[in-house]
Amino acid sequence: MSGLTRRTAAELADALAAGETTSVEITRAHLDRIAEVDGPAGSGAEGVHAFLHVDAEGALAQAAAADERRAAGTPASALDGVPIAVKDVLATQGLPTTCGSKILEGWIPPYDATVVARLRQAGLPILGKTNMDEFAMGSSTEHSAYGPTRNPWDLDRIPGGSGGGSAAAVAAFEAPLAIGTDTGGSIRQPGAVTGTVGVKPTYGGVSRYGLVALANSLDQAGPVTRTVLDSALLHEVIGGHDPLDSTSIDQPLPSLVDAARRGASGDLSGVRVGVVTELGGEGYQPGVLARFRESVDLMVKAGAEVVEVSCPSFVHALAAYYLILPAEASSNLAKFDAMRYGLRVLPEGVENPSAEEVMRATRDAGFGDEVKRRIILGTYALSSGYYDAYYGQAQKVRTLISRDFAAAFEQADVLVSPTAPTTAFRLGEKLDDPMAMYLNDLATIPANLAGVPGISVPSGLADEDGLPAGVQILAPALADDRLYRVGAALEAALLEQWGGPLLDKAPALEGAAR
Amino acid sequence: MPADTPGSSTSPSDRVEITREEVAHLANLARIDLDDAELDHLAPQLSVILESVASISGVASDDVPPTSHALPMTNVFREDVVRPCLTAEQALSGAPAQEQQRFAVPRILGDEQ
Repeated sequence: MSGLTRRTAAELADALAAGETTSVEITRAHLDRIAEVDGPAGSGAEGVHAFLHVDAEGALAQAAAADERRAAGTPASALDGVPIAVKDVLATQGLPTTCGSKILEGWIPPYDATVVARLRQAGLPILGKTNMDEFAMGSSTEHSAYGPTRNPWDLDRIPGGSGGGSAAAVAAFEAPLAIGTDTGGSIRQPGAVTGTVGVKPTYGGVSRYGLVALANSLDQAGPVTRTVLDSALLHEVIGGHDPLDSTSIDQPLPSLVDAARRGASGDLSGVRVGVVTELGGEGYQPGVLARFRESVDLMVKAGAEVVEVSCPSFVHALAAYYLILPAEASSNLAKFDAMRYGLRVLPEGVENPSAEEVMRATRDAGFGDEVKRRIILGTYALSSGYYDAYYGQAQKVRTLISRDFAAAFEQADVLVSPTAPTTAFRLGEKLDDPMAMYLNDLATIPANLAGVPGISVPSGLADEDGLPAGVQILAPALADDRLYRVGAALEAALLEQWGGPLLDKAPALEGAAR
Repeated sequence: MPADTPGSSTSPSDRVEITREEVAHLANLARIDLDDAELDHLAPQLSVILESVASISGVASDDVPPTSHALPMTNVFREDVVRPCLTAEQALSGAPAQEQQRFAVPRILGDEQ
């Protein structure tokens, strides 16, 4: 493996600034790594299969342009020339965007999502599009219509979801950076089970324009990286107000990179850390809890004051989420109607079929099981006679959860919990048990319902299976900088304990795709 | 069986099970053709999910206002000026079928209409 792929984005940016390497060299090294470990795009048969589409030609052309800017002394940003992978739920002009679904197979968007446009403006070559559960519905990436992504720590296990492709690409050193989206934990939970860092920004902090909506009141795009500082660097590139998204917050971002650097000094004195009683204990794997308690101890050692906080309504978060999300998804996915773009399937044996018949046949053929489950559940939740009792109640519970957060943030500056209740499970293990799958998002969902930001930082390996676990840090809305300060301090303490990055302990994967 | 329009309120507490016929009706509302095997498979799964989320009814009292969005939502306006937009060719680039710079779609009216 080339030394370039082992470096963090911050290190690559420094090397580019110092003229020690070029963006073309860096980009080529990552494309080589993808060829070595990922397997043929779309095959799903072997390798990590983090990518649905690799754009070698485009990435190298963007890298050459970045090198020209460097040579001219006019880099577009601190990350100019550092390559990135993008989750296939974000529209990329000229590059296929499938959302992991057959219904969008072959669709090439005529425009860029704002996040993608900002990556291009900042000069980050786009390596390709990463695999995901279909329309971001799932916690394992097994619901992709193009085959699952495999966890680089153990190719027989899931990489989390829905953004398993982005997390696995970063964990397998196929990309130094990636973009994910998080509706109920789809950035943070894959981060936890692959030993990477993932950030869900404050709702409205990163534009959703061009992000194919799953549940528009919950969706948020964010960074997927190997270090906290790299997430801060990327967050500053993609964040900030966008007039094209009416839910975008019209306020400047706090300085995130500064917060990460400050945190890396390891001093947390004066910071109040709240351990959420309801996010731990029963249902959580012992090794995950052990690593979590160690992380809390390290925060205390760094000077933080730890308090126990109770958020009693969090026990209802999962139920509220699995009513609100399907309800929003069922209406968002109504746009896939076989008329203007995407798949069109003619019903068999019907002469001169009507538009509605074509719509029904297309949606049956184009959507996978999980998507159908959730559309039907959402249709049910919004139906007459059930609306008030289910959807209406779920929206009220959302209010209670926000109130719990508000009360908790009076006692603590940040809240902490394990990110996911377990380490990565085996492929296929929960595929036909939707409720068991949904429990993976137990600890991450409350943040989406309340719109507050969260980060997952690797906390070590669980003793019982040697697989990575994560610790989640949550902050009040618009205080994303706190995630970076506390996350970087914890990361620094853990790195010292491990004697190097956690991912140094992961299998090398050389030749995995052959 | 649920009707087309949302809004009324009856307690579902006595029936968290979702029948095969209900799933077929909901699939019809959602414009998805489900075959018999899919209906057999989906109905029990949806019942399990529904049973798990049914605990939510009665959690919040009447005086708790609902939240539809985590942030306060306000209307956003922009200046009424001409801006660049997709060309007809770009807008049609993903169309399953097109004719005379328009989306070509299957018939939308029945024989009797």
